[in-house]
Amino acid sequence: MATIEIDIVSAEGQIHHGQASMVFAPAEMGEVGIAPRHAPLLTRLKPGAVRVKGVDGVEQAFFVGGGILEVQPHLVTVLADTAIRAKDCDEALATEAKRRAEEKLSNAKSDVDLAKAQAELMQAAALAEFLTKIKKSTH
Amino acid sequence: MAGAKEIRSKIKSVKNTQKITRAMEKVAISKMRRAQVRMTEARPYAEKIRRTIAHLSQANTEVTHPFMAERPVKRVGVLVVSTDRGLCGGLNTNLFRQLTRSIREWRDAGIDAEYAVIGNKGLSFFRRVGGQVVAQNSNLGDKPHIDQLLGAIKVLTDAYREGRIDRLYLASTQFVNTMTQRPGVRQVLPVQPDAGVQKLADNWDYIYEPSAAELLDTVLQRYVESQVYQAVVENVASEQSARMVAMKAATDNAGKIINGLQLAYNKARQASITKELAEIVGGAAAV
Repeated sequence: MATIEIDIVSAEGQIHHGQASMVFAPAEMGEVGIAPRHAPLLTRLKPGAVRVKGVDGVEQAFFVGGGILEVQPHLVTVLADTAIRAKDCDEALATEAKRRAEEKLSNAKSDVDLAKAQAELMQAAALAEFLTKIKKSTH
Repeated sequence: MAGAKEIRSKIKSVKNTQKITRAMEKVAISKMRRAQVRMTEARPYAEKIRRTIAHLSQANTEVTHPFMAERPVKRVGVLVVSTDRGLCGGLNTNLFRQLTRSIREWRDAGIDAEYAVIGNKGLSFFRRVGGQVVAQNSNLGDKPHIDQLLGAIKVLTDAYREGRIDRLYLASTQFVNTMTQRPGVRQVLPVQPDAGVQKLADNWDYIYEPSAAELLDTVLQRYVESQVYQAVVENVASEQSARMVAMKAATDNAGKIINGLQLAYNKARQASITKELAEIVGGAAAV
């Protein structure tokens, strides 16, 4: 049986490495299933579960809070984000760093906090969903 | 006995200093171990994203991202990673020496530079020598999180996108081992893919979802972030091991000074006893 190599990594460490017969990932445009010898694909991931069906048919699930998925015919790489990301959040962080360079007083973090809270909420919701699914499947 | 008393109080003060340096050494040892673990944990991500970038550079993309294209250099951006605190040997000094050399080279070639600084020491360096600091972040602590770095990174990558800078460098200390840390100024943008990567089939391209431009942007931005994060984590490990070595040397030196002072004290005490005896004997002989 053909297999595909799967690597799931985040900046805080390696999460999973092994051979799989099928990988499912929550791509931005909808969930994708990747079988061995899949065409090269590059896409962003939403917060959700990456499911890896091993060679023995056992399925394992990993939660990712977003990231990047790279597919080569022999290889799947999931670059998971650890930081809570949102576009306007990055923007606010940049202005913050700029401002800090000018003056070293900081109190007004409301923009950052708001954007971050929104992204955090999205991730938390996805995590909650993931956990309930796992619960259901084990019962 | 005046000399002896002075020496005794001096010994006491050196002993106190020794206690402090010994405590700092112990603290640095335990922090270093944790920092090293964090460093090795960050490595897989950096490796994998570098592999993805290498694949990407082989693909026949219809768009060329500015992060991958060379252009004439008129101005460069440098992200400087330094420590927040001192007492870590020549760690920062060595880095700044290396950096000064690069700055001089750029200046000779008529290239301007702007800086984003991480760490207090870097900030005070630029305050001293001058230079345009466009972003800064310090007091990251021993467990730096990527969140804390995003702002400073974005300022420079945006400058690169807008064409304000034509190259992005990272000035930081690489951790080799406990005794050796190597300062260096490395190019981050435009991306220079590793040469030693497996050659893929000719003439292929990714399926991009949603669009190639957007995805390349995300991947390359993450790549820069992971490089910087790796540098910051390595810097923490370097800082702790440099401090450990420096404090060990300080503790040893304090021990040597104490030995010397102890010898001087003993001599002074002996001299005063001998003098007293001589006086008594002299007095007895006179009677």
